[in-house]
Amino acid sequence: MTSSTQDIIYQETIAGAAHWSVTVPAGKILRFINTNGKANVSLLFHNPKDLLERYNAPDTLKCQHTFKLTKGNCLYSDMGRIFCSIVRDDSGWIDSVGGLANKQKVAAKWGERSYQTQGNQWLQNGYDSMLVELAKYGLGKRDMAANLNLFSKVATDAEGNLQFDEQASKAGDIIELRFEMDTLVLMSTCPHPMNPASDYPNHPVSVEMCQAESVSQDDYCRNFRPENGRGFENTERYRCETTQASC
Amino acid sequence: MIKTSQLVADDATLRDVVPAGDYYMKVLKAGQTLRILDLEGNQAADTLFYNANDPSERYSAMDTIREQGNVYLTAGTTLVSNLGREMLTITADTCGRHDTLGGACATESNTVRYALEKKCMHACRDSWLLAVAENDQYGLTKRDITHNINFFMNVPVTAEGGLSFADGISGAGKYVEMRAEMDVIVLLSNCPQLNNPCNAYNPTPVEMLIWDAA
Repeated sequence: MTSSTQDIIYQETIAGAAHWSVTVPAGKILRFINTNGKANVSLLFHNPKDLLERYNAPDTLKCQHTFKLTKGNCLYSDMGRIFCSIVRDDSGWIDSVGGLANKQKVAAKWGERSYQTQGNQWLQNGYDSMLVELAKYGLGKRDMAANLNLFSKVATDAEGNLQFDEQASKAGDIIELRFEMDTLVLMSTCPHPMNPASDYPNHPVSVEMCQAESVSQDDYCRNFRPENGRGFENTERYRCETTQASC
Repeated sequence: MIKTSQLVADDATLRDVVPAGDYYMKVLKAGQTLRILDLEGNQAADTLFYNANDPSERYSAMDTIREQGNVYLTAGTTLVSNLGREMLTITADTCGRHDTLGGACATESNTVRYALEKKCMHACRDSWLLAVAENDQYGLTKRDITHNINFFMNVPVTAEGGLSFADGISGAGKYVEMRAEMDVIVLLSNCPQLNNPCNAYNPTPVEMLIWDAA
């Protein structure tokens, strides 16, 4: 497997049923490793300098004429800029529409959440998990955009019916996101709302921050779609306006 | 699914024609029915809904399609909020299906999709931003502009994960009707997009009709 990374800056493990956030500078890679398989990582992105700028799922999908997200795709903000590019995706299909499970859904599928009896193995739900992470930055449910779900695949049939692929989340799979502008990354490892597992899926993920090589004119993601070239142009202009790295 | 309505236009409580490039923002009370009528055909109507009593609760595209298990909206679809509650039910539809994946046009996304030089063309998001600025009694701002429904727009998804903006399947006189299950703010932008076939390159008016509960 080729990698776009050079030096690993740090590595950490995010437990299942948990949430965390990190501000990633332009020019760095976040590498997600599906440690034991069956993991799900929900992600949201905001611009740390203007928190109203956030990941926009419809713009990301329509700009690239795609329903699935994978290597080559860029993840766009509502301002026509690219938060990050997917430079590696062993899974082949990142879910763009499944969303998050809320408390009622988790209770119906796997049981009531109780820290008192379950401790940190509690049946946490993705919605509350993200809400807590957003609140650390003064954001709330009004700011919660549609998220993506790493290591989860939701496809459609010819009639548009959605199907969750139970085999898609595989041990050892790696997804790398290369950040094209400074980005606040919010993550939750709570289970995907369409996961049919009989027991609450509690699976960790390993996260590494790495130094990316500089983006060349013949970069795979930049040239994956003609739209991405214009997205990179918008992002480069913004980096110059805000004196971010590699301007 | 094609399903016609028994409601008669002359019995409507409110009727408003919304020209292309304008917005419509009104409260629909629980039990009232709203019809969006495509007057001249192939006109995208980009629509958002908010709980009128607590606008932090709003239409959620992801929750709606996941809970019905299908990416297209039509008669029988329940429009679900970000809190997982029923906001409206689509009760009639003579178009057949509607999109909720493609989102709205914005000046910024136009630069990516078409050309950097297209940034100053009018777009749906500008209409919404003007709407929330001119109607500050609702307390909405840019952070409330979320993922909408595109009534009358045809965005087919393939089993391989492709997505395209295809020629419309709507026509003059086609309509979609929905009953409010709670008091909702209806925020519609009648799409001014000229760069793709969503309006057949010719944006035209839609009519909004509201009937009280029977």
